[in-house]
Amino acid sequence: MKDKRRGKQTVQFSNPPRIVGTHTIAGALEARGPLGQHFDATAKDGLYGEKSFEKAEAKMMEDAVNEVLRKTANLPEYVDYFIASDLLDQIVISNSAAVKFPIPFIGLYSACSATALCSSLAAMLIDGGYASKVIIATSSHNSTAERQYRYPTEYGMQRPPYSQWTATGAAAALIADSGEGPRITFCTHGKVIETGLTDPFDMGGVMAPAALDTIVQHFEDTSRGPDYYDLIVTGDLGEFGHQLLKELARDQVNIQFPNNLSDCGIMLYDREQGVDSGGSGCACSALVVFSKLYKDLCEGTISKLLLVATGALHSPTSCHQGEPIPSIAHAVAIER
Amino acid sequence: MPQDKPINTSRVKLTQKQYQQFVSSRQPKIRILHRAIRAFIAGGLICAFGQFLIEMFMNVFGMDRNLASSATTATMILIGALLTGFGYFDKIATFAGAGVAVPVTGFANSMVSSAMEYKREGLIYGIGSHLFALAGSVIVYGVVTAFVVGLTVSLVR
Repeated sequence: MKDKRRGKQTVQFSNPPRIVGTHTIAGALEARGPLGQHFDATAKDGLYGEKSFEKAEAKMMEDAVNEVLRKTANLPEYVDYFIASDLLDQIVISNSAAVKFPIPFIGLYSACSATALCSSLAAMLIDGGYASKVIIATSSHNSTAERQYRYPTEYGMQRPPYSQWTATGAAAALIADSGEGPRITFCTHGKVIETGLTDPFDMGGVMAPAALDTIVQHFEDTSRGPDYYDLIVTGDLGEFGHQLLKELARDQVNIQFPNNLSDCGIMLYDREQGVDSGGSGCACSALVVFSKLYKDLCEGTISKLLLVATGALHSPTSCHQGEPIPSIAHAVAIER
Repeated sequence: MPQDKPINTSRVKLTQKQYQQFVSSRQPKIRILHRAIRAFIAGGLICAFGQFLIEMFMNVFGMDRNLASSATTATMILIGALLTGFGYFDKIATFAGAGVAVPVTGFANSMVSSAMEYKREGLIYGIGSHLFALAGSVIVYGVVTAFVVGLTVSLVR
C-alpha cells in the first residue's frame, strides 16, 4: 500500500510536515564566516565551557535542542521523537545529548548527510501518522572529528588543497504536523555508491557521483527538472567536489544547472579562512540550512529548496586497510 | 584500489579507474617544486640552528662533541614540543612541510600532538597509549632496519 512512493527512491508527503523552529550554534571560525550574522549563537572557543571537546559538542547539541523547544513553546513531553546524528564512534555525541531529554530517541549515522537523513525520517514519521512533533539535531566539531578520522589537530602536516575543514557547530529543528514554517514536500533517499577512491582527504571526489545519482533520481521520480528549484545545495562537496558534480552532470547526463547549484561547504566559509576546498561535517549543512536558508524560506526570498546532503561512509579502520570509501546522498525538498 | 569495474551508478558511465583519472586530472595540483624549496630553506635553517647549538655547547659550555650532540638533540626536541604545545608548530609546518618534519623536531611534534589530543582519556589509556601513536612506526622500523643492517654487516665481515 505504498501510495506515497514516487518512482524508485522518492516519497511525496500528502500533508507536508512543517519546520516550525530551528536553532544554530556555530563555532568561532564559522561565526567569522560569511553567514556569521545568521547563526543564533556562537561558541567562543572549542571547549564551550566543558572539560573536553566531546562534552562541548554534546552540550552544543543539547543547548540547540533546548532553545528550539523554548522558541516553539514546547516541552519535551509534547515531542514524540528525538532523532539525532553525529560523526563520532557509536554516535556518542547524540547519545550523550539524548540523555537530557525524556523523548523516545532514534540515533542515526550517515556521516555528513545527517541533516537530510534526520529531516526526511522525521517527515516520514509525521506524514505517516506515527508522530505529531519530532525534534532533530546534528553536530560536528573539528577537534573531535579530526582525531578520529585523520590526525591529531596539532600534528604538523601539509594538507592537500582539495581537503576540507570539518565544521564546528550544532543545530536542531522542530518538525511538526501543524504550525507555521517551510514544508518538507519530498524526500529521496540515496543508494550507496562506491567509486573505488580511497583518499580520506578527498571527500569531494568520493561523494560527487553519489550526489549526482540522487539528484537525477529525484528529478526522474518527481518529474521536476534542474530549473524547478530556486536553490539546490549539496551538503559538503566543497569547491572541488562542486566542480566535479557540475562537470559530471553536464558530460554524463546532459544536465546544466541554471546557476542555482551551490554547496554548504562553500557557503559556510570565506576563502581567506584557510579551509582549503571548504567545509564538511554534519554541522556544515545543518548550520547553513537551519539559519540562512530557513530564514530565506520563511521570508520568501526563496520558495523552493532542494538539500542534497552527502556523506562518506568510511571508518578509520577501513581507510587504514585501504578499502574504498562508500558514499551516499539524501535529498529533501523544502518549500514554502 | 580503483578497479576496472564500472561505478555502481548508471548516471556515471565510467569505470573506477577512469573516474580516478578524471578526479586526479581535476585535482588542484600540489606544487611540488614550491614545497621542496620551502622545505629546503626551513630544513636548512633548522639544521644550521642545530649546528649553532653544537658549537655553543662545545665552546661555551666546554662539552665534548658527543655530549654536545646529545644536548643539541634534546634542545631541539624541547623546542619542537613547546611549539606544538603552544599551537605554532602546525602553522609552521603548513609552510615548511618536510623541512620541520624530517629533523627531530618532527618526531617531537608527533609525540606531543598525540599526547595533547588524548590527554583527556587519562594517563594510561590516553597519553600513555597514544604518545607513540604516530612515532611508533619510526621507532619500530628504525630499530628493525638497524638490526638487519648491523647483522648483515657483521656477517659480511
